[in-house]
Amino acid sequence: MSAATDYSAKAAPAARQAVATPGQWLTIGAIVAFLALFLVIPVAMVILVAFQDPNTGAFTLVNFWDFARNEMFLRSFANSLYVSGMSVVWATIFALPLAYFTTRFEFRGAAIIQTLGVIPLIMPPFAGAIAMQLFFGRNGSVNLLLGDWFGINIPFMEGLNGVIFVQSVHYFPFILINLTASLRNIDRAMEEAAQNLGCSGSRLFRRIVFPLAMPGYVAGASLVFIKVFDDLATPLLLNVKDMLAPQAYLRITSIGLKDPMGYVISVVLIVFSVLSLFIATSATRNRDYATVQRGGGGLTKRPIGGLDLVMAWGTIGLILTLVLAPHFGLLLLSFSTVWSFSVLPDAYTTAHYARVVTEAGQYIWNTLLYATMAGLIGITIGTAISYIVLRTKVPGRQWLDYLASAALAVPGVVLGIGYLRAYYGVSLPSGQSVASLWIIIVIALAVRRLPYALRACMAAMQQISVSLEEAAENLGANKASTIRKIVVPLMTGGILAGFVTSFATAAVELSATMMLVQNTSDAPLAYGLYVFMQSPAGRGAGAALGIIAVLIVGISTYLSHALAERDRSAKAGR
Amino acid sequence: MLNRRHWLHALAAGALLVGAGPALAQGASGKVTVVTSFSKDVTDPIKKAFEKANPGLTLEVQNRNTNAGVKFVEETRSNPQSDLFWASAPDAFEVLKSKKLLQKYDLKVKGIPARVGSYPINDPDGFYFGFAASGYGIMWNERYLRANRIPEPKEWADLAKPVYHDHVSIASPARSGTTHLTLETILQGEGWEKGWATIKAMAGNFNNIAERSFGVPDAVNSGQVGIGIVIDFFAFSAQGAGFPVKFAYPSVTTVVPANVGVIAGAPNRAGAEAFIEFLLSPVGQEVLLEPTIRRLPVNPETYAKAPAGFPNPFKDANFQKMLHFDVDKSERRTAVVDTLFDQMITFQLADLKAVTKLMHEAEGLLAKKANPQAKAALDEARKLVSAVPVTETQAGSDTEIVGAFRGGADAKTRQAEFERRWAAFSKENYAKAKAKAEEAVKLAR
Repeated sequence: MSAATDYSAKAAPAARQAVATPGQWLTIGAIVAFLALFLVIPVAMVILVAFQDPNTGAFTLVNFWDFARNEMFLRSFANSLYVSGMSVVWATIFALPLAYFTTRFEFRGAAIIQTLGVIPLIMPPFAGAIAMQLFFGRNGSVNLLLGDWFGINIPFMEGLNGVIFVQSVHYFPFILINLTASLRNIDRAMEEAAQNLGCSGSRLFRRIVFPLAMPGYVAGASLVFIKVFDDLATPLLLNVKDMLAPQAYLRITSIGLKDPMGYVISVVLIVFSVLSLFIATSATRNRDYATVQRGGGGLTKRPIGGLDLVMAWGTIGLILTLVLAPHFGLLLLSFSTVWSFSVLPDAYTTAHYARVVTEAGQYIWNTLLYATMAGLIGITIGTAISYIVLRTKVPGRQWLDYLASAALAVPGVVLGIGYLRAYYGVSLPSGQSVASLWIIIVIALAVRRLPYALRACMAAMQQISVSLEEAAENLGANKASTIRKIVVPLMTGGILAGFVTSFATAAVELSATMMLVQNTSDAPLAYGLYVFMQSPAGRGAGAALGIIAVLIVGISTYLSHALAERDRSAKAGR
Repeated sequence: MLNRRHWLHALAAGALLVGAGPALAQGASGKVTVVTSFSKDVTDPIKKAFEKANPGLTLEVQNRNTNAGVKFVEETRSNPQSDLFWASAPDAFEVLKSKKLLQKYDLKVKGIPARVGSYPINDPDGFYFGFAASGYGIMWNERYLRANRIPEPKEWADLAKPVYHDHVSIASPARSGTTHLTLETILQGEGWEKGWATIKAMAGNFNNIAERSFGVPDAVNSGQVGIGIVIDFFAFSAQGAGFPVKFAYPSVTTVVPANVGVIAGAPNRAGAEAFIEFLLSPVGQEVLLEPTIRRLPVNPETYAKAPAGFPNPFKDANFQKMLHFDVDKSERRTAVVDTLFDQMITFQLADLKAVTKLMHEAEGLLAKKANPQAKAALDEARKLVSAVPVTETQAGSDTEIVGAFRGGADAKTRQAEFERRWAAFSKENYAKAKAKAEEAVKLAR
């Protein structure tokens, strides 16, 4: 690492005496208790079945043997790996130019790109694939036109390639958000030093900028990989069943709770996701990405003009058109009367919005409340874990990271069933079951989205040099106030990125919510959308609700981005 | 008998009132929670009418697909907080009943006949009640058919013709209670071997196998596929919403009731019973005719108010000859039939489609020029494709198979083991059939 500072990650903690302060132990205890109660125990109650003989209930590994001998499961496994890997490649191709343009240039569109770039993430599961089908499907607008003009039909949405297409469009913001946050944290001095030494252009990017932004890229890429690996909604909506996550879901929800194979697949999913996280963290461990100076952080921004500007807008326009196609589709659908086997809808109406506005107020409020709470819980725990893992010597601290990240690999259905199993029998004094409280939905969302927040916080903390904290402590600050006054403010960008990702994705989560919603009055928007989309007359109304969801989350994202920018300029001016 | 029961009920209710003050609120007021697979378009008008007819009661709707709903009721049995289960598939109610998750009730409402078609409307033991009838059939998108110059299908066997290749969609029976009934109807109507041959011949023309019931009408409505195998109201309500779709009942089909039942230990039992009474009352039955619902009422009187062209299962001739559907037989082999379908068709669809396409090609060539050798090869390929690894008797009563699917300490083999065997059986047969079909094509050229 040519650009690394003198402090190596190994040397820094070695300077400390105690393993951890009492406050840190307390924090660890609280995190472990939370994860045990709301992740480990419920999931264990479900996946225990994987290790039981389906007939006798005795402990056995025979189910894993069944898995290994089944041609379809092995095919599914290979397909899942292939699709996840290819999705990372395509997501990188979408994200890289956008991240580069917004951090590199004085560019009016930066905030717009940052906001529009996140929007694909907040496409509610059902709506996204339905809208993509309308444009790119077998008889979608594009293929109907191609058929009329040239007599051809391009299978964009068929098979594994269709899944890769939809997934990379959907999940590339993970890379974009984390990479942008990383790029912003790079010390300008590094770049200037390189330039002084005669390095410029693509070499500068390749040798200095990109390596320094590596933690963010790896964080984003591993999220994309795992999300695609575990996602079941997209393959199922495209009718691809020979992938692992859909297999687990199909088995659990159709064959029954006694059937072990669904849980065997879940175990495989969990193990493999943890493994890929482990590989990702090993790739960035033992290298130091921290930079000491925190002056005007981020790369030198250049004014952009002339041909560069045209090229930049051209690239951005192309990518955004493609990744926002589902949203255009949904928008059209929300205003259409009937859209069937035609390039555009038959006629337009605003009736769907009228219907939704009268019926969906509660859904919208619930979504905002749940997603905000889930996001806050996520970044609180995420920051705490990052600190413990990167700044203390507590033995086994890495396991906190792995454990929290494993939530990513737990299919929503498994978590939902786990909560019902663990907590349905527990009643409040009023006789109401604990599992039927709306706060359980919030916790489920928080646990499911914790890994996003955690990745972002980790990346942010990896970029802060420990010497800044040591300086504060040398000046007499205790641990708590060092964290409050030095660490957290320096991490703001990363924490915000984590909050936005978990908030935005929690706002459209469905699989665990599906199992846990007990009252329509407690239901979030995604559930309402699902309910609307189950009937022919509800299609338009569902699409309208989807557009409202996208708007809400889009506006919140834009606001938090604006807030962060103001915060940045305030700091830079100080 | 009925009167005495009522009297006992009243006494019990009275005792409750005296015994516990708060139980008063539980009488015929408060919140009635229903777990249902029905869409908002169905539940909203019914909710509105029900709340109007029963001031003081509100209906709380929890939307889940049928299987997930059954799981939910099962998982929450320790502390039930929903009152009613309300869905199409009678099988689901059989499962709930057999697990003692439903509560008995004596209907008060009059005017509902004992049968619709040849199917009993209510559970003979009084655990669940039919409130609407539904038949299974074929729906299609008119624009799609016109653009692709495809004729309108009328019978199941039509869907096996070459012209429909890659244009048909169905939901997996393991995921959709209604598809399961459709398959079971074909198997019971045509017999096990012939039924599977029909199903597989159709399946060779499937474009996809959806994982939820509504995925099929949704794809047909939007024109992504041309033809779907669905329950009638999906097509009727799509027509009601203005989509260019049509529907036909094939001659081998059946009408079965969609049902409602009280969940055992329901917190608002009186409210739940009021809901059932309402659904079956003339007002409740009439709501079923709304354009967004369009289900066949079980009260024959209601049809007087139906729009022109609305099918009437109590009068129309084709419903009278529909087959008698054996629920017990269906329930006994549900898991085996669904797993067979998934292992032979859903998860082998690419192979099955490839061999079907070749067989269509050979058939086309043979129609132009007869060739006994090629015909023999083609027949052999057909036989290989339609073969089923399990006989009807085995599916229903073989202790090893049934045991593996039921679970329990006495079962010797695991379900996963059978699945692997059946998948391997099909894969091998399709490969062999492919070779035969290729041979037939070569000979016929």
